[in-house]
Amino acid sequence: MAQAQDAAARKLPGSLDTNRRLDRWLRINADGTVTVTPGKVEIGQGILTALVQMVAEELDIAVSRIRLVPATTAISPDEGITSGSRSIQESGLALRHAAAEARDLLLARAAQRLGVTLESLTVADGVVSARGGGSATYWELASPDLLARDASFDVMSKLPAEHVVVGTSLARVDIPGKVTGQPSYVQDMVLPGMLHGRITRPPGPQAQLQRLDAQEVEQMPGVVAVVRDGSFLGVVAAREEQAIRAERRLARIAQWTPGPDLPANDPRHLRTLAAETEVISEKGDPATAGARQFGAEYTKPYLAHASLAPSCAIAHWEGSKDRGKVRIWTHSQGIFPLRGDIAQVLDMPEADIVITHAEGAGCYGHNAADDVTLDAVLLARAVPGKPVRVQWMREDEFAWEPFSSPMVIRLSAALDDRGHIVNWGHELWSHAHSTRPGGRGGVNLLAAWHLEKPLPAAKPGNPPLPGGGSHRNAIPLYDFPNQKVTNHLIRQSPLRTSAMRALGGHANAFAIECFMDELAAAAGADPVEFRLRHLKDARARAVIEKAAGMAKWQPGEKGNGERGRGVGFARYKNLAAYFAVIAEVNIAEDVRVTRMWAAVDVGQAINPDGVINQIEGGMIQTVSWTLKERVDFDRHGVTTRTWDDYPILSFVEAPEVEVALINRPDAPPVGAGEGTQGPVSAAIGNAIYNALGARLRDMPFTRDRIVAALST
Amino acid sequence: MALTLQVNGQTREVQADAETPLLYALRNDLGLVGTRYGCGLGQCGACTVIIDGKPVQSCDITVAAVAGKKIITVEALGTVQALHPLQRAFIAEQAAQCGYCASGILMAAKALLDVNPDPSDADIRNALDGNLCRCGTHGRVLRAIKSAAAEMRRG
Ligand code: FES
Ligand code: FES
Repeated sequence: MAQAQDAAARKLPGSLDTNRRLDRWLRINADGTVTVTPGKVEIGQGILTALVQMVAEELDIAVSRIRLVPATTAISPDEGITSGSRSIQESGLALRHAAAEARDLLLARAAQRLGVTLESLTVADGVVSARGGGSATYWELASPDLLARDASFDVMSKLPAEHVVVGTSLARVDIPGKVTGQPSYVQDMVLPGMLHGRITRPPGPQAQLQRLDAQEVEQMPGVVAVVRDGSFLGVVAAREEQAIRAERRLARIAQWTPGPDLPANDPRHLRTLAAETEVISEKGDPATAGARQFGAEYTKPYLAHASLAPSCAIAHWEGSKDRGKVRIWTHSQGIFPLRGDIAQVLDMPEADIVITHAEGAGCYGHNAADDVTLDAVLLARAVPGKPVRVQWMREDEFAWEPFSSPMVIRLSAALDDRGHIVNWGHELWSHAHSTRPGGRGGVNLLAAWHLEKPLPAAKPGNPPLPGGGSHRNAIPLYDFPNQKVTNHLIRQSPLRTSAMRALGGHANAFAIECFMDELAAAAGADPVEFRLRHLKDARARAVIEKAAGMAKWQPGEKGNGERGRGVGFARYKNLAAYFAVIAEVNIAEDVRVTRMWAAVDVGQAINPDGVINQIEGGMIQTVSWTLKERVDFDRHGVTTRTWDDYPILSFVEAPEVEVALINRPDAPPVGAGEGTQGPVSAAIGNAIYNALGARLRDMPFTRDRIVAALST
Repeated sequence: MALTLQVNGQTREVQADAETPLLYALRNDLGLVGTRYGCGLGQCGACTVIIDGKPVQSCDITVAAVAGKKIITVEALGTVQALHPLQRAFIAEQAAQCGYCASGILMAAKALLDVNPDPSDADIRNALDGNLCRCGTHGRVLRAIKSAAAEMRRG
């Protein structure tokens, strides 16, 4: 009894705990290959390569033997959503354990067949050899029932010191195909008889379709169907450009009743809205007293994921319109939650919906991948038997993707006469950072809200702490004797908001790290030293010291009115990657970030170059967010529609970036996709201050804002 | 209507309206899906091909306008078995994350190196001014093009 309880309480690593069958993850094939079926998906972060390394390592096989199967609801383990830089922890650790157990099972069979002890066996690329002679291969030893069992608890994976594949910079498995123009994305898939669809969206979030005389569109060349259901409006045509032309005509002739006016586009509008308020951290030490009080307010605007490829999906409806099955290909980050939401919209069993992942462009969070999938399904249902490919137009993607929420952060602090922070206050206002499919009590898919019989959206919310959503990274990692952190969550937002890289961690860490700089200046301290003064965590100190060393940071260094440098630091979610950066800016006509030096610690680095690539990319993207980006809207709807409206950092403007990896093979591996955002934005703000003596607290740091800051 | 195109050294016929953007004819009629849609407005470079030696955004030009001209797409640059030095350098530098921008960038880079075999850093950056990368691979891409240029000069 006690033992049974014990087993129930024990956890298996990562997603293996909720998907315990070994053959959901792995199959050893007679043809000398190993099939791996992770539930996590490639979103341009190189995760699949890291997973291949972890499996090859435990099985002692060449990486070239591994066949990855794209995640599909038909056979893959349900691993929820690929997000939050958790794929290594969740999928990687599960596969590591499953592969280690598979190896144990194969060795037990080998020992039996060869009549030797386990201890006398060694493995090289799947060939098991006994010390006294005799050998057998995995491929002979395996049988279909080998892994038809639940994972067991007492499996030993290799010690880090034994690793030969993990910890090397194996080249990404997908890059050769991508640089030779091979079909690589769902956008590139072609199914026999495939048609093309496009969607006409309302002029604003709540507008309703009033009148439509679709006849002239139905008669346009190539048009197969105009699909209308409430305010959902789309067209299917034989050729892609025909669908585009027909959609343009639909957009011209459709008449809409406008929804209520949108408010002004100012993050501070958040502070006027009703909020749910929660104190998420509070500690006090009455023995300390601060003499000098400080306060500052920081903001960020709505930002767009702005994936280079507008979202795309293919759906193939078989059977009649009211009783069918549907097969779907999508670049969604969460095929299982998406299936649940689509089943609700169609009012059909999940078993009749099969969703398979195919890559899209990098998404950086919850973009329109899920929404376009429902669009494709609704159009495909109108033309049973014919697969329908829908790709959003660039204008659709900008106007209708879920945005990252605007935020306001108000910080306060007290310094004692030794220049130590003795009191810290952090209040933040934000909309929700998670409205992905799979939410409770509703459907989180755009088209579902526009149907004749609309389905309500699930209540917008946040992932819980310690990771958190809008409150991610709001609790400082620094040691302050008194602190209070308050989260004001405003669930209803004028524009839809959801997850984008780092969620609230971007603005929270940005504000904290800028304010640390302001306090360092007030205390007459060097900003690097001032941070170290308040930090006990050795790994945190190590990345700051490393970045400062790489940049040859001079204590107390001052900018010259044009050039300046600043520092930023955070530990992502306060529990994952440590990251510190020094940024150099040059201010002439515009603000340019010219160079960045950074150090990162992700624990055990499975693929060091893969980590560095992710970190560099995150840094450059954040420079773009910080200097240039803001989604605009007027009272009717989003006015940001094209790259001209939403310029991002160009090749001419890209800074030089140097990243050092502090590898800690004995520490658990964590992801690298996020964690750079807050520190980089802050380092830029701090560098501008260092250069000009002007403090910018509202992103983006445009030329106008610099001029304004200089004149106050 | 039937239009004749010169693509990657071959004469190909497409049945499309004269006003069809070249991008869709390449992808959907000729199966050359390495040329990609990113904006359809000439703003992102994902659809870049080389026409008569110049980098051109194929979303922004009609099939009728390119009839008879020499069109080169990423598929003709090299294959996994026989890589072009640019492709080899992109792999060596791991100059991609999602890679969606890669073929357009490769074509813009090829057009540059064809006329300027020894470009400066600024030349390379300027040649890529019409290409966007959202994943932030800029540093690696610039390094890869530089090293490919050096390799090609060595012959
Ligand atoms: S798709 Fe042609 S430039 Fe963007
Ligand atoms: S690698 Fe993703 S857009 Fe460039």
